[in-house]
Amino acid sequence: MKRLSVRVRGIVQGVGFRPFVYRLARENNLTGFVLNDDDGVLMEIQGIETSLDVMLKELSYEAPPAASVMEIVTAEKEIIASEKDFTIKKSPLAALRKAFISPDLAICADCRKEIMDKSDRRYHYPFTNCTNCGPRFSIVEDIPYDRRNTTMKTFSMCSKCREEYAQPQDRRFHAQPNACNSCGPQYKLLNNKGTVISIDNEIILESARKAIKKGEIIALKGIGGYHLVCDAYNNSAILKLRNRKKRFDKALAVMADSVDTIKTLCIVNAKEESLLKSPSAPIVLLAKKENCALAAAVAPGNCSIGFMLPYAPIHCLLLQKGDVFVMTSANLSEEPIAYEEEDALERLAGIADHFLIHDRRINMSIDDSVMQVVKNEAYYIRRSRGFAPAPLFLSSCNKQLSVFAAGSQLKNTFCLTDGNKAILSHHIGDLANKAAYDSYRKAINHYQKIFSIQPQIAACDLHPEYFSTKYALATGLPLIKIQHHHAHIVSVLAENNISEKVIGVALDGTGYGDDGCLWGGEFFLCDCTSYERLAHFSYLPLPGASAAIKEPWRLAAYIMHSLYGKKMLEKECGLWKSVPENWSLAVQIAEKGFNSPLTSSAGRIFDAVSAVLGIRGRINYEGQAAIELEQIAAAGNGSLLPYESKEKNGMCQIDFLPMFRSLIEDDAAISEKAASFHLTMAAAVVDTVRILKKKTGVRKIVLSGGVFQNLLLLKNIFALLEDDFSVYINRKVPANDGGLSFGQAAAACAIINKNRGLL
Amino acid sequence: MEDKFITMAHGAGGVKSRELVEEIMVPAFDNEYLRQMHDGAKLPVKNNIAFTTDSYVVKPLFFNGGNIGKLAVCGTVNDLAMTGAVPKYISVGMILEEGFPIKDLRTIVDTMSQAAAEAGIYIVTGDTKVVNKNSGDGIFINTAGVGNLIDGCDIAPRNVKPEMDIIVSGYLGDHAAAIMALRHNLQLPDTLKSDCAPLNKLVYKILQTAPKIAVMRDATRGGAAAVLNEIAAQAGVGIIIDEDNLPVRKEVRGFCDILGFDPIYLANEGKMVIFADKTYSSRILAVMHKDVYGKNACIIGSTNSIAPGEVGLRTAIGGIRIIDMPAGEQIPRIC
Ligand SMILES: [Fe+3]
Ligand SMILES: [Mg+2]
Ligand SMILES: [Zn+2]
Ligand SMILES: [Zn+2]
Repeated sequence: MKRLSVRVRGIVQGVGFRPFVYRLARENNLTGFVLNDDDGVLMEIQGIETSLDVMLKELSYEAPPAASVMEIVTAEKEIIASEKDFTIKKSPLAALRKAFISPDLAICADCRKEIMDKSDRRYHYPFTNCTNCGPRFSIVEDIPYDRRNTTMKTFSMCSKCREEYAQPQDRRFHAQPNACNSCGPQYKLLNNKGTVISIDNEIILESARKAIKKGEIIALKGIGGYHLVCDAYNNSAILKLRNRKKRFDKALAVMADSVDTIKTLCIVNAKEESLLKSPSAPIVLLAKKENCALAAAVAPGNCSIGFMLPYAPIHCLLLQKGDVFVMTSANLSEEPIAYEEEDALERLAGIADHFLIHDRRINMSIDDSVMQVVKNEAYYIRRSRGFAPAPLFLSSCNKQLSVFAAGSQLKNTFCLTDGNKAILSHHIGDLANKAAYDSYRKAINHYQKIFSIQPQIAACDLHPEYFSTKYALATGLPLIKIQHHHAHIVSVLAENNISEKVIGVALDGTGYGDDGCLWGGEFFLCDCTSYERLAHFSYLPLPGASAAIKEPWRLAAYIMHSLYGKKMLEKECGLWKSVPENWSLAVQIAEKGFNSPLTSSAGRIFDAVSAVLGIRGRINYEGQAAIELEQIAAAGNGSLLPYESKEKNGMCQIDFLPMFRSLIEDDAAISEKAASFHLTMAAAVVDTVRILKKKTGVRKIVLSGGVFQNLLLLKNIFALLEDDFSVYINRKVPANDGGLSFGQAAAACAIINKNRGLL
Repeated sequence: MEDKFITMAHGAGGVKSRELVEEIMVPAFDNEYLRQMHDGAKLPVKNNIAFTTDSYVVKPLFFNGGNIGKLAVCGTVNDLAMTGAVPKYISVGMILEEGFPIKDLRTIVDTMSQAAAEAGIYIVTGDTKVVNKNSGDGIFINTAGVGNLIDGCDIAPRNVKPEMDIIVSGYLGDHAAAIMALRHNLQLPDTLKSDCAPLNKLVYKILQTAPKIAVMRDATRGGAAAVLNEIAAQAGVGIIIDEDNLPVRKEVRGFCDILGFDPIYLANEGKMVIFADKTYSSRILAVMHKDVYGKNACIIGSTNSIAPGEVGLRTAIGGIRIIDMPAGEQIPRIC
């Protein structure tokens, strides 16, 4: 006989953890109690030792899907002989102040069964949820996490719902958004003039699906915002959607009713399947099957499609067997997802034919997350709904000081630290977009409120013109500036608790360097606090600055010019079909160094190759040139092309001009050339890493930066790196700028700690 | 005057200095006040005057549509006009570099005299100094000016309120495009020239028809973007302008596109931005459209109370992009 106090920390409140503990304790014949407090879940359990052991094991392995156990601490207590049973105790009033708000979670199997069961009182009710599933973060207005502090506060529970809510053994015990058809929120169907067509659930579901099947576009209010929905088999419907939304090439996400349906269209391995079915329900990029029957307009020129499974009850009700619907966030290009009714009706009036909306307010909009699987490992492309705001563990933490990290300009997220936890925000987007910048400011205040964090230090990028940098400056907090690519590398170090020096390889778009140039092909010897730049890709000018990022032909034309001078036009090259009439001005300004900042960016090399090969000279969405290049490379084998590595003042510089010469002069299929390029860049990276290992003796390699979303490059690098390297890459945050603020926060904490040690 | 080039002697205060003033400056600028040839000009002015000064350095000195001299006159005339004054008198201070061609100096001075005549103002006093070779860029000019404030006008950012119209007087970016093309030796359509012009007569007409406009400002360095940001911050209003409404010449647009510049940030030397109550807009535009320097005037947007201090551009695809005040050079923010 033994009595233990058990402290569980992590996301353990509002996720059905207490009923779960209650059930375990009863099953194992233990007595004691469980309660929520400031610090998570606290319990005392008493019984025979083997039962206690079983219980502890199950606590971490059997935890409810919505829970995330970060830490379990036990201590022995004196036995209370008189104790007869196990109870759920009332939480102290101050409890839940520090509780973590759980991410929004996909509908669980139990709830799904109920809404499909004609005899159940929640049959076809599209707001069904329980403690294991449902909306959380998107409806929370304040802490503590109680119904009165959510957007459910306007709905008062009927007696049946209230009973469930109060019953410890019930799946809906303290399920804050608990509701049913007679007391909860409702959907209604409107036409694009805003006139109500129906409020009857059955009619709504039937007519909405019919409209979709007919080729219409529906704006559907879901968990984190509005989606635009149309039939993924209907090419003209999708083209209509693209035209109206002004999103022309970028792949659209789709939702299928089931994994079985997806399997008829794409290749799905076990890892991908479990991701799709997980409570986070992200969009998972899947390789198209050759005979994939979806409309071509879903993902033109793309070998993969982003799939997700129904995660809100309305999805389950709308999608029937075999259905695949385009489900793209409802906005105009570049804008954040629409989530407020008036705003949506106004902004989407020209896009959607019908509106399927509901009366549960979304307090914080949140986009779908995007992931991909490589070699059985899952990688984030966007970490948002289903993941944010779950905290990440930070070993380089500072217990006293909270840090606010402002993040990047594009794909912005921000990060707040609280002790050893880092709270990485959901995806905010491009801050130059006013709506995104507004939501940035709103979200920062919201996170500070619901996590009770008052930051004392701000961290930001080195770039003086990032709106995030300007925001950080305006906070008036002491500011720590972290170089863009250092932050990328530190994001990996922090994920893996690495405190020693590593060789950091950042392959990225462009980030501000400490010499005022735009970096992006960088090799650092670094730890969390500082970096030494040991190698980089050779500088090239970006003619027209930002314009060169949207128009890859510019750098490509400059490269042609530096290789062939006046004879450049005699060279047959796919580039020429994409240049405008006055293209030579771009070469002229690059030569004069006028509005042509120097860059060592790896991303821009991808762009230039794409342009030179005639694949894409100007882009319609970020990364398009590189994405299409990668797709085309998949069809080739490739061979190593020449590049030059020279050392100047102890700095290794990697020059790809010889490779460009081969790409232009060699006689090979474009897919071959595209594959050769991927191989060559991988080889250049690995060779450089080898040189730096010899120089420094460091064999830990850290890879980060947006370019590592390129699977082909990643696979090539993995294949070339010998076993005596240990390689680390982002796994818990995106390798692109979506993970930047996490790196900034971790670096800032490490720098604070180091400076404290010196004092 | 026999000399072909400026020498140090032209600045020494002796015979050569007098020659320079009497043979080049005085004949060109001739007027009753200058003819006094005093240590300073004695001028009749009303009680309330506006007073301003500005120094002009530009490379190249001569450009399609004008030269440094025209800039120096128009710049100060426009600054006075923007305060709601009728410009009257200006002073000219020149710093010449040893070796500067006298021929060029004559051209500049003649242009200044023409610009002054067009603006209807007098150049009433002046000064020349000479610096050693390589201590200057040929010529620097400072002008200062005074004007009579027009009764009943109150031109100040604090008058700007939400829901006002924002009018721009014509095509944006012409001056900067012309200068950049020349400076970097880039081909540019011949039709493209600096918009350098005195706006005082146009302003006078506007103020006659609508004395209660809130504020106006010439969109020089930093372009329209700088003016909009300044006013938004000073008046505490938000501003939304429409990309589709921004007047930009096709050739300037094309040139800017290829160079990677946004015309809204480019300097003008003959354009102004006006903030006025919506009820005045049509009257103002009617007056402007009859004037050579306002014939392409249009409303580009309006103020609001929603986002104080912020300037947004409604893009062609419908979103709003923030137009901020760049701290320095535009560095790509895209990752
Ligand atoms: Fe980056
Ligand atoms: Mg001025
Ligand atoms: Zn459930
Ligand atoms: Zn109910």
